[in-house]
Amino acid sequence: MTSHEHFLAAGRIDVERLTIRLGQGAQAFEAVQSLDFSVAAGEFVCILGPSGCGKSTLLGALAGHLQPSAGVLRVDGEVVDGPSPARGMVFQHHTLLPWRSVLDNVAFGLKMQGLNKTARRQQAQDFLRLVGLQDFASRWPNQLSGGMQQRAEIARVLINRPRLLLMDEPFGALDAQTRGRMQELLLDIWGRIRTTVVFVTHDIDEALFLADRILVMSPRPGRFIEDLRVDFSRPRRAELLTSPAFTHLKRHCLELLRHEEGRELPRLTPLGLPSDHPPLRIAL
Amino acid sequence: MIRSTLYRWPLRLTSLAACLLFWHLAASHHLDLGLLTFTYVPTPSAVAQAAVALVESSKLWAHLSSSLMRVFAGYLAAALFGVLLGVAIGRWKWAQDMLLPPLEVLRPIPAVAWIPLAILMFPSSELSMVFITFTGALFPVLLNTVHGVEGVDPRLIASARSLGAGRWAILREVVLPGAAPSIVTGLAIGMGTSWFCLVTAEMISGQFGIGYYTWESYTIQNYPDIIVGMLLIGVLGMGSSALVKRLGARVTPWYRGNN
Repeated sequence: MTSHEHFLAAGRIDVERLTIRLGQGAQAFEAVQSLDFSVAAGEFVCILGPSGCGKSTLLGALAGHLQPSAGVLRVDGEVVDGPSPARGMVFQHHTLLPWRSVLDNVAFGLKMQGLNKTARRQQAQDFLRLVGLQDFASRWPNQLSGGMQQRAEIARVLINRPRLLLMDEPFGALDAQTRGRMQELLLDIWGRIRTTVVFVTHDIDEALFLADRILVMSPRPGRFIEDLRVDFSRPRRAELLTSPAFTHLKRHCLELLRHEEGRELPRLTPLGLPSDHPPLRIAL
Repeated sequence: MIRSTLYRWPLRLTSLAACLLFWHLAASHHLDLGLLTFTYVPTPSAVAQAAVALVESSKLWAHLSSSLMRVFAGYLAAALFGVLLGVAIGRWKWAQDMLLPPLEVLRPIPAVAWIPLAILMFPSSELSMVFITFTGALFPVLLNTVHGVEGVDPRLIASARSLGAGRWAILREVVLPGAAPSIVTGLAIGMGTSWFCLVTAEMISGQFGIGYYTWESYTIQNYPDIIVGMLLIGVLGMGSSALVKRLGARVTPWYRGNN
């Protein structure tokens, strides 16, 4: 087997009877319950569900930030145990280091691997070009727009050549036009760097536009209520959004999510329960 | 930013001048407000004369250098301990449980109360004086460091771990820079409180030092000299705090906080 084939074959996910409990004591609840599913290597999967249904929790477990209470997650046969550069994570809001330039942020993973400065900056330039940010290498992250920050974030994750690209509503905070452009860009990149993508969203259009396959989740405790194939031909362009076949599938998804209306749950994060500010351990 | 600063300077200078004018009028007319009296307060001109006398006496440099040495030695030790302990407490639960209880007990003890013990514990009075300025600076540095470390966005840490950062890389690349603005604030406040404790420290003994000079002037009832000493401490404290802030801004170029 050549290294190229090996790269293509990497990124298979197998999840068995996964349960994740969040909260403490009487407040504890099962965010996801007894999930069983597999994702083929190189597949683009969207997890679709209402806010607070546990889809981000599942993503956090795949990234290795959350421990399963029961069940097991495997990537290419290896049990997930803690975070790894092979499982890259993109959050809803960027997590670029504010004290590093965009270039050095993208090069961060290579620095952790011990590459020297010249080599890692050269590669980081290539990945910035991939996401169209080559002219913004020397900026601070907070000097970029929201869309650019997410592009830098994607470049920073991809430079590690991850087997999984885990995305938690990465375009959820962007305006509609930027979101549309980011979706096309993501598909374009994924066409060139084939990695398994698990993309969490509550936006039906987004899921249908991006995915090979959509897993629809019910809220608390999170369970899959539908496993949907999306066979629109690629490359996909914005015109797809208005085609009859698209509308047909969208209606189906709306039906699935409709009976969940009126049950607004607080958003969960891939790191567990949302925390506003950590309580100060010391009185100032 | 430069424009707005220039624009604000006239008012700032006017405020200082107004304080000076009030002082002059109150002291020269022996203003008596019943509860508060300016009868024995020396006038600004008397203080200025005392200041000139101090400069001409050639003792000024000896006073200044001893005080600066004590303040900076105590301050540097406090900065080092404060940041190290603060990072440990903010980052690790065991360090918090081990270090915080004794520190919480020591924190409210004022510098003056440390004097007898400082004299007993340290072999030289010089070291006990340095220790007093150390106690003054330690807690602001420590508390602000803990605050800064605990305030680091957990998503940044999670993200760095996902990118392959180990325990030390997270400390170096994420936690320390993330806490840096808060540490700089603590260092600037600590600089001020270190000067704050100088008079207390130099009450211990000595022949030189601005705190000593101030305290001695009080014991021999040389009132203008007291105010010269007070103002010197004020100006030096302000200057060195500003220096710390300036240096701090240079090491945190990404951070444009409340300037």
